[in-house]
Amino acid sequence: MTIKKIFIAASLALSVAAAAYADEQKAPAAGAAPAMSAPAAQGAPAATAAAPAANTAAAVAAPAPATPAPVKKELKTNKTITIGMFMIIIAVTMGVVVWAAKQTKSAADFYAAGGGITGTQNGWAIAGDYMSAASFLGISGLISLYGYDGFMYSVGWLVAYITVLLIVAEPCRNAGKYTLGDILSFRTSPKPVRAFAAISTVAVSTFYLTAQMVGAGKLMALLVGIPYKMSIIGVGVLMVGYVVFGGMVATTWVQIIKAGLLMSGAFLLSFLVMIKAGFNPIGFFSTIVSSPDIQDHVSKLVLKDGVILSGMDAGQRFLEPGLYLKNPLDQISLGMALVLGTAGMPHILMRFFTVPTAQAARKSVIIAMFIIGGFYILTTLLGFGAAIHLTPQGITAIDPGGNMATLMLAQQMGADIAPVIGDLFLAFLCAVAFATILAVVSGLVLAASAAIAHDIYVNVIKDGHADQHEQVFAARATSFVVGACGILIGLAAEKQNVAHLVALAFAVAASGNLPVVILSLFWRKFNTGGVISGLLVGTIASIGLVMVSPNMTYPKVVAAGAKKVVAAMEKKQAALPAGQTLSEKDAKALAKAKVDAQQDGTSIVGLDKPLFTLKNPGIISIPLGFMAAILGALAFPNRRSEEMFDEVYVRQNTGLGMAKAVEH
Amino acid sequence: MAEKQYDWKAIAKNPKFVELHHKKTAFLFGWWIFSCVYYFLLPIGAAYTPGIFKVKIIGVINFGYIFALSQFFVSWGIALYYSHVANKDFDRLTRELIDELHL
Repeated sequence: MTIKKIFIAASLALSVAAAAYADEQKAPAAGAAPAMSAPAAQGAPAATAAAPAANTAAAVAAPAPATPAPVKKELKTNKTITIGMFMIIIAVTMGVVVWAAKQTKSAADFYAAGGGITGTQNGWAIAGDYMSAASFLGISGLISLYGYDGFMYSVGWLVAYITVLLIVAEPCRNAGKYTLGDILSFRTSPKPVRAFAAISTVAVSTFYLTAQMVGAGKLMALLVGIPYKMSIIGVGVLMVGYVVFGGMVATTWVQIIKAGLLMSGAFLLSFLVMIKAGFNPIGFFSTIVSSPDIQDHVSKLVLKDGVILSGMDAGQRFLEPGLYLKNPLDQISLGMALVLGTAGMPHILMRFFTVPTAQAARKSVIIAMFIIGGFYILTTLLGFGAAIHLTPQGITAIDPGGNMATLMLAQQMGADIAPVIGDLFLAFLCAVAFATILAVVSGLVLAASAAIAHDIYVNVIKDGHADQHEQVFAARATSFVVGACGILIGLAAEKQNVAHLVALAFAVAASGNLPVVILSLFWRKFNTGGVISGLLVGTIASIGLVMVSPNMTYPKVVAAGAKKVVAAMEKKQAALPAGQTLSEKDAKALAKAKVDAQQDGTSIVGLDKPLFTLKNPGIISIPLGFMAAILGALAFPNRRSEEMFDEVYVRQNTGLGMAKAVEH
Repeated sequence: MAEKQYDWKAIAKNPKFVELHHKKTAFLFGWWIFSCVYYFLLPIGAAYTPGIFKVKIIGVINFGYIFALSQFFVSWGIALYYSHVANKDFDRLTRELIDELHL
């Protein structure tokens, strides 16, 4: 208990120090901020990728209307109010940790909150676990810049829950205990299956966690000017604190608090947007179509594809598909990864072990679906509202990826009432983004630790012979190590491109985890061979395809693109009347392109150009994962696995034989 | 783990369980496939039949927007319908089965 107090004191002290440091560093940190362009969209993977592409393309295509080079702008947060709000969130969540730590005595308490979470609470926690800062900031940003496509992009994130609801939630509650390994090892050879399940869980969690940590660091730098490394350490220390001391109880409540804050923020902001639109949805959309700024923005977007549109036609185009998502196969591939991957995400599966019955699991998914779906519908209002009130040009001036759109909207909507309300509202939404990051990373650390401590340590190394005390200790020690690794990876990956990691996490979950979960629960002939080959092939295929995909950097491709920019710019310069020079923006683009054109070499796997043209591997890796699982099971038939199917099947359907099951 | 030992094979052959299993399988996979088909119509339609998506329905609001919005309501509808059927049928069958086993 004393260690806990010291730890809490230390993390509070650290946060205060970080805040103080940030104030001193205000000027340089703020200067650096615009450089950290699109990172918040790590969950909207394509967003980050699109930003630079859009820049170069605009540089090539735009016939440079005489707009003055925009002054570098940035979002001004009121540091005192913002940091005050952060402190409130830290204080409240730390209070939750202290309370939760008192209740966490057994392994079941640590991993599954003792099965004592109600359906409604779990529904909010699932929503809190799932909606990352990328959903919150990235998707509304996409809508504000690309209209319809941003909205279409958000749909898959909700539809994914139909798979969770119908296929995995209740069976997993009935047949599992704490981890993916528990479900898969029921009628197979437990040791190898648990080991492979743990590796896959750790892989998925690491990919997702890395993206979240890097996004968190850059977002904090952008919002309150805390330096990147400091933000990572601050977020990491809080995350480790929640998980190590409070286990699942604290993680759940942090997620519930976050979901509550997120929904309040989204509701309030949408309400303000709708007041401006006079609660008239038709009028709202007409305003979009007739906005000259949106029309101008769309004309420039479609010009890149060689289409000339202007006036109302351009405005209408904003409400039609194809401004952003241009590769339908990639879209379908991502859709498959979402629809199947969400149900294979270890941190989502784990949430179903925290409720007492299958009925509660069912109720929790339905509540989560209403929260998540409601949130994405509100996001449309926020995104379109931002496009109307801030203009796409105003949004890209602050961040080319559009990630700051929601926050800017909050500031403006509040400031229209009174300037201080604008600051307060912006600070509140920054605090929501902060809580969002904490809730998601905590869930991931807990899932990864459970796989290592429960599957590998307790069940593989100790053969399941570990008393409660030892199990809880192992769980806490592992969480500490996993969290520390998360911080180190976050620090190391500052300059890395992590945008594709979220898509990769979903692809691995969809291609590796989900096929074996479904087949374990529903196919009599499934066995050890199937689990291992399914997990291996699904995981390796997803990772391998991403390694040879356009997500990686190909110096020769970059150089080729840059050469085109150079050629276009030189042509433009030649066309200018003598004595005139290129605008500052064009000159900069030319200088950068000249440097890029010198790039040579190969991608990290030694390729000149991508072998696989899609950014999302799901469309290939998911069928491969299913096929490998089925073929593996058929190649190594096992009588015991077949005989035990009746038991698994009855258990997963009825909940018989589980502690606190439906009987009483 | 349960202290009580169950005869899993016998339960699996129990007519009540067989009924539960048939009803559930048909419902779950049927609606799951429906929801997938309905969802993938969105990206496929947006890519290959953009003309339909551009048709204006109410004011400037077009079919594409209404179709995307409908995805949310269809998903919620399936969830509520499932919850209704599960609470009414599946849970009742499960309870009856368990009562029978305890006799």
